[in-house]
Amino acid sequence: MKERFQYLFNSTKGLILVAIAMIAMVTAVWGMLSGPMAEMGVRDWVIKTIGMDIVQAEREGRIIILYHSIAMAVIAIETYMVTGLLKMKEFLKMSVRLLITVGYILTMVFGMGFAYFGHNWAFHGLYITGLSLIFFAGVLLCVALWPWDKEYYITDKDYARTKSGFDLERVAFFTAAVTTVISALFGAIPGSYYGHGFETFLAENVIRYPHKSVMEYSVIGHLHIMLALIGIMLTLIIGRWLNFKGAWHKVAMPLMILGCIVLNLGVWGVVTPLEPVAHMIIYVGATPSMLAALFLLIWSWGKLAKDGTAHLAKPTFLQKLGAMVSDPLKFGPTWQMLFMNFTTSGIGIFMAIRLDEVFRLWPAREERIELTGHWHALSAIIATIILMYYGDMLGLKGKVRQLYGWSIIFFSDIALAAVTIFEMKRLFITESEQQPLVNNLMYAMDFGLAMLLVLLAVVMAWRLTDLFKSKGRWTEESTHELAEEVAK
Amino acid sequence: MKTRFINFAPSLRGGRSSRRSNLLDPRGDCFARSRYGEEHAYSTIARNDGLNGRLLRVVIFAMTVFLLASCAPVDLNAPIPSFDTGIDSTAWAQVPEGEFFYGQFNEVEFTPAFEIMVTDVTAQQYADFLNAAVADGTLKVEGDSVLGYYIGDPFHGIKHELEIKEGDWQYIPLADPSQRVRYDGTRFTVQEGYENHPMTMVTWFGAWGYCQYYDASLPSEIQWEKAARGTDARPFPWGWEIVRENANFYSSRDPFEDMSSFGSRTSPVGFYNGSTYNGYATLDSKSPYGLYDMAGNVWQWIGDVQTMEGFSDRFMRGGSKDTYDMNLRVWTRNSAPPMYFSPGVGFRCVR
Repeated sequence: MKERFQYLFNSTKGLILVAIAMIAMVTAVWGMLSGPMAEMGVRDWVIKTIGMDIVQAEREGRIIILYHSIAMAVIAIETYMVTGLLKMKEFLKMSVRLLITVGYILTMVFGMGFAYFGHNWAFHGLYITGLSLIFFAGVLLCVALWPWDKEYYITDKDYARTKSGFDLERVAFFTAAVTTVISALFGAIPGSYYGHGFETFLAENVIRYPHKSVMEYSVIGHLHIMLALIGIMLTLIIGRWLNFKGAWHKVAMPLMILGCIVLNLGVWGVVTPLEPVAHMIIYVGATPSMLAALFLLIWSWGKLAKDGTAHLAKPTFLQKLGAMVSDPLKFGPTWQMLFMNFTTSGIGIFMAIRLDEVFRLWPAREERIELTGHWHALSAIIATIILMYYGDMLGLKGKVRQLYGWSIIFFSDIALAAVTIFEMKRLFITESEQQPLVNNLMYAMDFGLAMLLVLLAVVMAWRLTDLFKSKGRWTEESTHELAEEVAK
Repeated sequence: MKTRFINFAPSLRGGRSSRRSNLLDPRGDCFARSRYGEEHAYSTIARNDGLNGRLLRVVIFAMTVFLLASCAPVDLNAPIPSFDTGIDSTAWAQVPEGEFFYGQFNEVEFTPAFEIMVTDVTAQQYADFLNAAVADGTLKVEGDSVLGYYIGDPFHGIKHELEIKEGDWQYIPLADPSQRVRYDGTRFTVQEGYENHPMTMVTWFGAWGYCQYYDASLPSEIQWEKAARGTDARPFPWGWEIVRENANFYSSRDPFEDMSSFGSRTSPVGFYNGSTYNGYATLDSKSPYGLYDMAGNVWQWIGDVQTMEGFSDRFMRGGSKDTYDMNLRVWTRNSAPPMYFSPGVGFRCVR
């Protein structure tokens, strides 16, 4: 029992497994409270069965706690990955992990307990305590990632570095961590102001109002930048896992650092007199960040194709393509980043360009669908990328690796493509004639998401049964650190 | 030909002891071992191509089926059940002056006394208005639109603000297949079965013009919410919870919807009054002041103009046949530019 506990709460892979399992449980249960599940009456059954206390006026507040509960677990997973991949002092590594683990579990258990099962204010206090611990873990992570320590300088010229050996990839991680901690304050400050009359709201409900308070801007900025930073950190993690290096790496890392800083300055600017030009600064910051991700994609696809055809004298295009897609877990993460441009970035840019001519002529609730859809899609893509890396961590091989990897790509992309078409449906179909299309899109979404959840359930069930074996896979995973498994 | 992506033999033969080394090989299992040589690689890629071809055909077939099913024509004139609800659509309810809880966070607001229509304006009432107003020259028919005068909005030139100038604006479109009011060149009539349904496909101008014509006005947000909610903090006009028999909302399984074809349709005004229609039992869902359909059926235009400087949208309240139940909460807002019309938007007047 002690060994298993050690594995689950003291090893990188065990910690990640626990966090994924927690998210999976919350997703499975709370996913039944909306959409088609509500239509079919499942929502009412779940509420009665597990004794939820649902007050109509508190829906927005409940949802905000739900989002935070899931997001904190995702941030914990990323932190485990960062602390497992990068060199840092053992004491700091352990402290960060301890704080963030206690923090996200407190946040999730007591936050959801407070939001959905009556208002026990002790639960609310523990929820806030959890968030505070995560914030402090973030501060410690910044200390642990401090790039100006000569111990972390690098000599390998294949990686982005200064002449003196200053590791620019580490600077990128550090920048993402520091800006995440600062950006967290943009949610924490309005949050702490609730008791003084600031009322909870969902950003998508106030998007059209021409005048917003500083606190409202702060919340809107917070939610946008936190998701963007989770994406940036994950891109860096994937790059480290795949051992991103060479010329593309040398260009990408400075771009990522620059993009991350400018993007954050733009978002923070929304609560300053710079607000009128904040969006322009955000666009300027987003461009280098996305270019850096594109360079990772170009490098990784090129490497997969090159390595897979290294034994051939003159490989054809199809052979290179075959090699590129031969390992879905290594091809998938960057493919999902590319796919994100269809579901999220592309939609966002299109909306920005055609806002007054098209989208603002539609009712606000229609625009709300696009807004909520595009960030749900982004969150789901981030989750699939994490699951693909996790699949590799598990050491999946052969058919199982193919099945797992392609299932994640195929099912998530079906669901997300359907979401994207659903968001944009008013461009090509009227309200009166939309129902058959809506039905089929819903089937596609539900099929894709349900299959993903089934896949996740199978993996979780397998990991659970493995824990009952005295010489299960968990014994091997207890000792492996992610840094040892970085691609050569 | 086997339907496998790649040959996994190396990793399988490698067994548990070599798991780590295979995993660490960035080239993946297929090309990891040189002993399998070029021939193996070529055959693997050939299988890949064969599978890709079949997969592509399956995907194209699935996409074709999906598109055909998704683009199936919808019969917008499918027969609709006809029910007399017994609720008088010409009746007005008295709302006394006084304070009440406004919005999701229960701010205390005050309204003077006013009267509000018990139901939404029906299609028949609107057709009667059009006949009268066209005859006396208040409105005109031009092309496929009925046009009427509007006094214009204040304009501030703020980002995203629409300039709504004084002049003639579209009240209703006539050529839209979802329009239930028909014009034969001389008179306006209502499509059979829709006479006692709420008037839809009407712009904010058309709603504003109707109320003006009868010396009334569109309700302000505060008036609308007080009429819907009364003086307690309830989220729905009838009380604290919502079930399908309370209102017409998305997938509420009322007799007017068919989610496999045309989806939700409007219900006659006052339908949810506790009556049973051909075996379909409704709950009496009137508001504390006796108003019907203050939640669901159609969104209702609100009269407030430029509630925030530069905000040219008009608010709508009440949720509709096309929204989930959470949008039927009395404080939920929707908004759209005043020229917007939809089969899910109607109105009622106050005086």
